[in-house]
Amino acid sequence: MTATAKRPTSGSTSGQATGPGTGTATVPETGSANPPASRLRAENLTLSYDQRTVATGLGVEIPDRSFTVIIGPNACGKSTLLTALARMLKPRAGQVHLDGRAIGSYRSREVARRLGLLPQSSTAPGGITVGDLVARGRYPHQGMLKQWSADDEAAVVEAMRQTGVLELADRPVDDLSGGQRQRVWLSMVLAQQTSILLLDEPTTFLDIAHQVEVLDLCAELHARRGHTVVAVLHDLNQACRYATHLIVMRPGGVIAAEGDPSTVMTAELVEDVFGLPCRIIDDPETGTPLMVPAAPKRYAPTTGATALAPTT
Amino acid sequence: MTAVREAKSSGPPPGSEGGSRSDATSAPAPSRVVSGRVVRTPSGAVSLLVRGRTVAVTAALLVALLAVAGITLTTGDFDLTVGEVLQALTGNGSGIADFVVNTLRMPRLLTALCVGAALAVSGAILQSVTGNPLGSPDIIGFTNGSAVGALVVIVVLHGSMTQIALGALAGGLATALAVHLLMLGRGIQGFRLVVVGIGVSALLLAVNSYLITRATFQEALEAQAWLIGSLGNRLWTHATAIGIAVAVLLPLAFLLSRRLSMVEMGDTTAMALGVDVARTRTLLLVISVALAAFATAVTGPIWFIALAAPQVARKLTRSSGPALLPSALMGAVMLALSDLAVQRLFAPALLPVGTATGCVGGLYLIWLLVTESRKSRA
Repeated sequence: MTATAKRPTSGSTSGQATGPGTGTATVPETGSANPPASRLRAENLTLSYDQRTVATGLGVEIPDRSFTVIIGPNACGKSTLLTALARMLKPRAGQVHLDGRAIGSYRSREVARRLGLLPQSSTAPGGITVGDLVARGRYPHQGMLKQWSADDEAAVVEAMRQTGVLELADRPVDDLSGGQRQRVWLSMVLAQQTSILLLDEPTTFLDIAHQVEVLDLCAELHARRGHTVVAVLHDLNQACRYATHLIVMRPGGVIAAEGDPSTVMTAELVEDVFGLPCRIIDDPETGTPLMVPAAPKRYAPTTGATALAPTT
Repeated sequence: MTAVREAKSSGPPPGSEGGSRSDATSAPAPSRVVSGRVVRTPSGAVSLLVRGRTVAVTAALLVALLAVAGITLTTGDFDLTVGEVLQALTGNGSGIADFVVNTLRMPRLLTALCVGAALAVSGAILQSVTGNPLGSPDIIGFTNGSAVGALVVIVVLHGSMTQIALGALAGGLATALAVHLLMLGRGIQGFRLVVVGIGVSALLLAVNSYLITRATFQEALEAQAWLIGSLGNRLWTHATAIGIAVAVLLPLAFLLSRRLSMVEMGDTTAMALGVDVARTRTLLLVISVALAAFATAVTGPIWFIALAAPQVARKLTRSSGPALLPSALMGAVMLALSDLAVQRLFAPALLPVGTATGCVGGLYLIWLLVTESRKSRA
């Protein structure tokens, strides 16, 4: 219900966003002295957990003010890449650069004021109210004696208004539905007031209406508020619809293709990366690529053969 | 979402206690976003968030603490009036009152308060870091480690009281180090720490039993007496030792408590919010272990306080964070009250306080395990 009601507006939003090509050319409005390079980029990364190496020689550049979506098959390292971009995972080799400096050279709080991350899972402290949880997003802006400034309050109210959870401020987080909870977490990241947002599978565990709702919200943040949004998604069609810049990864942490979804997304690429034969058609709603898996020949209804039918 | 947005017109949501008051300069914002009362200086340089319930609980605990202290100091084999006690405390008491208050009752009371506070904060930190209500120094082996240290001094080295205390301190710290080494390379995950700790605790208990079987009858008696934590015959040296530990370590813990409440949300979330998780956790663990080790060194193992006090404090304050100050006060009141009970209820018998906390603690642990297992099944 909710989804259908909102469809037209969001369609135009993402459509307009996809229009003028990829955002690589857009000039960052930060005053720093590195106009050509984008604010967030990684060079030559080797990423590994313990002994297992997920990616080697991985380089990626997040176009400023883009809605970048990273897709790829399971365990291809897309979430790992996102975690490395958010300096949660120290690369074994290579560097992540934020605003022209190695991300590791910043103080932790300084990064948290520039770049926000919505992890795959977080634990809400027992009994905490929505308002108190969102307020925790202000941590990087606070101190011992500055626990709740007027700015904090304004940022939290604004973040909750954007995600539509302001009315829930007094409710315990434990009482909320999955969709509401995800919006509360997103709200906490927004309260951080960072211009770069990294979202690790923000739609997992949500039903389709809530998935669309969260993605619409991200598209709005990108289009209206000028956030740079980077999200890891599973659904190729959602990725194509919302992304202004698509990064396709293949197993082994290799980037198979990147760029505007309408040029990147081809049937060959999907078959090559996911091993899934398919057709790419135009999304009737937005005109973005729509991936339709090919029907396996052997299951197609055949005319005569009815092997299981009673022979008598 | 639409439903919620439509509900916007339906007035402000019903409020809980307290409400944030925005200062005159700020734009009219909805009054209740976070729970608590905002106190701001006009310039905005200082802005504090005060939760009414936490303040009320803290005040109530302070009153309870004063009451327990008052009863402890005035009653007993030799009854004194409050006036006499105050005179004795200020150095103007009569000879007998001075002796009873300043030599017998005061050091014991202060030791109880400090040890209780130390154990409670130690437990609060561990429970918060592990995200598990079972994460307390007595469950995950630090207390048994201290016991091994003390028993080695009693049985093998035949040391003095001070040496026993030092042995307990060394034992507790060594155990923490051992647990840490067993976890090495995998980070400190809450559940893992608890499980490894319980295993280490069982091992150390076996070592303790072995040491006692090796001991002479006299040594075994002394060891057994130490193993049931007691506040009997505590002198100013004990009170001073634990007092200094508490005076140094508690403020450090309080300073880190905001970060601690961030760490509770998970490593990634806390790091994303700019908390140096690894360093915060290591620092807090060191503080927690040191508090437990000092407390155990002074009194012997006292069960249950570290386990229960933080949980009770958190439930009472309904705090979403670790509530370290209320925990500390709760621990102090609990231990002082337990000690008062064993002294007065079983008057002629010299019952060690460890028996009282042990009994109540056992019941609490059963309740905790039952409710936790129910929660994990749900």
